[in-house]
Amino acid sequence: MSSGEYGVVLASFRGEAGDLIPILQGIQGRSGFISEDAIRQVSRFLKISENEIFGVASFYAQFRFTPPGRNSVRVCLGTACHVRGGQILIYALERELGIVPGQTTEDMRFDLQRVACLGCCALAPVVAVNNDIYSRMNVIRLKETLNEYE
Amino acid sequence: MNMNSFQRLRLAALEQWDSLQNGVIPMIYVGTASCGRAAGATAVLDAIEKVLLEKQLNANVVQVGCIGPCYLEPLVDIRLPGRPRMSHANVTPERARFLVQSYLTDEKPPVRIAVGHYGEDGDAFTEKVPRFFDLPMLKSQVRVVLRNCGHIDPEEINHYLANDGYLGLMNAFVMGPEKVIEEVKEAGLRGRGGAGFPTYKKWEVCRNTAATTKYLICNADEGDPGAFMNRSLLEGDPHAVLEGMLIGAYAIGASHGYIYIRAEYPLAIVHLRKALAQMRACGLLGENIQNSGFDFEITIKEGAGAFVCGEETALISSIEGKRGMPRSRPPFPAIAGLHGKPTIINNVETLGTLPNILRNGSAWYRQFGVQGNYGTKTFSLVGKVRRPGLIEVPLGTTLRKIIFDIGGGTTKKFKAVQTGGPSGGCLSEEFLDMAVDYESLGAAGSIMGSGGLIVMDEDTCVVDLARYFLDFTQKESCGKCSPCRVGSRHLVELLEKIIAGFGETEDLAKLQNLGETVKRGALCGLGQTAPNPVLTTLRYFRPEFLSHVADKFCPATVCRPLLEYRVVPEKCTGCQRCVSVCPTGAITGPRADVHNLDASKCIKCRACYEICRFDAIAGDAIVIRSKRRASDEQPA
Repeated sequence: MSSGEYGVVLASFRGEAGDLIPILQGIQGRSGFISEDAIRQVSRFLKISENEIFGVASFYAQFRFTPPGRNSVRVCLGTACHVRGGQILIYALERELGIVPGQTTEDMRFDLQRVACLGCCALAPVVAVNNDIYSRMNVIRLKETLNEYE
Repeated sequence: MNMNSFQRLRLAALEQWDSLQNGVIPMIYVGTASCGRAAGATAVLDAIEKVLLEKQLNANVVQVGCIGPCYLEPLVDIRLPGRPRMSHANVTPERARFLVQSYLTDEKPPVRIAVGHYGEDGDAFTEKVPRFFDLPMLKSQVRVVLRNCGHIDPEEINHYLANDGYLGLMNAFVMGPEKVIEEVKEAGLRGRGGAGFPTYKKWEVCRNTAATTKYLICNADEGDPGAFMNRSLLEGDPHAVLEGMLIGAYAIGASHGYIYIRAEYPLAIVHLRKALAQMRACGLLGENIQNSGFDFEITIKEGAGAFVCGEETALISSIEGKRGMPRSRPPFPAIAGLHGKPTIINNVETLGTLPNILRNGSAWYRQFGVQGNYGTKTFSLVGKVRRPGLIEVPLGTTLRKIIFDIGGGTTKKFKAVQTGGPSGGCLSEEFLDMAVDYESLGAAGSIMGSGGLIVMDEDTCVVDLARYFLDFTQKESCGKCSPCRVGSRHLVELLEKIIAGFGETEDLAKLQNLGETVKRGALCGLGQTAPNPVLTTLRYFRPEFLSHVADKFCPATVCRPLLEYRVVPEKCTGCQRCVSVCPTGAITGPRADVHNLDASKCIKCRACYEICRFDAIAGDAIVIRSKRRASDEQPA
């Protein structure tokens, strides 16, 4: 990935300490993840050590350090989804995709994430694939749903 | 003070609103908050726009926020000129096409299938349809903070202005900062973020500092899983919160404000950005707001996903671009906060309440609620309740009224309710008649929190629930202090041991002991409240813990290691559906013969159970059960 790509993000900031998180968000928004190269560029721009940047980035759940898959499967594990069986959906996906939350399948087809709440608790349990939200999910329908994504 | 420019704004808004409400063009309202979208409102909206175009029909389509009853989503309301607004529930795209076409072209539109109307009773047009706000879920509610949600287009400042928006701010300018603080004190407003600290007290401290630079932060980092009150308000009526920020900032003397909002709320962020631009265009943001001499700027800061950032000092660290770790207090942020300057952090709902208090006066506000707990509170009522959704009730309402009258009760037997999210407590049936106020909840070992209410029936296991909450707080612990970092981890491990069927009686005492230690020793609110779910479930549901420990038996049939799957031979028709979905080949059997389930291969994934229930001839030939065992007998 070229440094020019981050240049576009960095150009809209003045380089203050408080810019770090918005910059990382901007980079992830463009590239899908925070690469080592990105951290190096940000370090030069903000004059903060790479260690410190990684320390901040890894503190927050939003940032990922590996490329995402073509499709992102997010399973809601908010309270309402939990009492309605969200965890069982995670088990099913781990088995089906052969990965645990936070990982991407080898063919880059899917990445799997657990999220704290998608905010549609009345429709629990909920699974989101990319921007599509599937409500009142169960193990069988989940498998069928995944087949729709390439 | 010259108010003419504001009066002009208001008059123009009223005119626009009036032509929309009483005009000759039919109105179509679609609830497109996040929850509505999750239920399919976007497809419904597309269908409506398509049919209007296809059939050359004329109507104003307005996208409104969440009105509360999630179980009725997607909601489509249609109002014909001179007729009451009719509300239709659970609308599919096909149904939307039919409704729009029928209302706009037929002599007699299908009003009888509406779920409610917004007019007066006895209107011949509405037939036997009840008033929307007379529906059981809405009847006992009082809408103060949520008054505009579902009513106005959140992307139109004129809609807000026409509904008395920014009048509270104008009153504040007339009163002056000290009087504003006095009014909020009189109203008895307490922070809606959870702790219930009197809002005026923080403000007073901040106002009285000599600093010239002060900050006001709106805490919209609603991280409790299962809570969406703040999101709904920001999506459905962003100007109410922004007006509240202006009032608060004016009172304390701040000239810069931040909104710290979860990045997971993209729609709320879009609405806020739009609202800020509109405010600026109307002279309600920037320098010398409406000739009052008061300057104010607002910056939106997106959170990056850390529950602990709901804590004041952690939130400040996060805005400063650091790891979101709390620090010990004092000094309190009201004296030394963001960049070391006096900072007030108010919750979204607290801010959303302020315009109502300043517009209608403290006496008006005190009519709601009970002594010491004035006003209303929003709750997200979810879990095993018949009518889940977003609600607003006066403080002091009983749990029974909330869960049974508003929520419609549970399908299976009611078991417990968790108030206050992961930091709250799990209350049993005996608390149903307890009034919901800050002190009663505290005495019961729980907290008000920001307002999540999760209802559980007999299918929910309290041990599993306690583990779920502790697992959440343990993962979200920032790691700064050891009581929280190490203590929460051990609490989770003890609970996991019990769930796995290896629990011993003394583990319960260990949980109690450790829980109390963490509560006393942790640095911030996250750690101090984290053990609440364990401590309350131990206190009110001890027998259930004992049966997990002594009998290796999960009465709610939830704890996976304590379960077994069985084929009921009398019911199995041998349809082989379960054989086809079993991922491990645990179920075998020829067609038309009773199937056999090999427990040693079964991974308890539920696939066979679900396919049998929904897609097989028998329907209930596979059962999941937990069996009582002696203590020395370990589960399979």
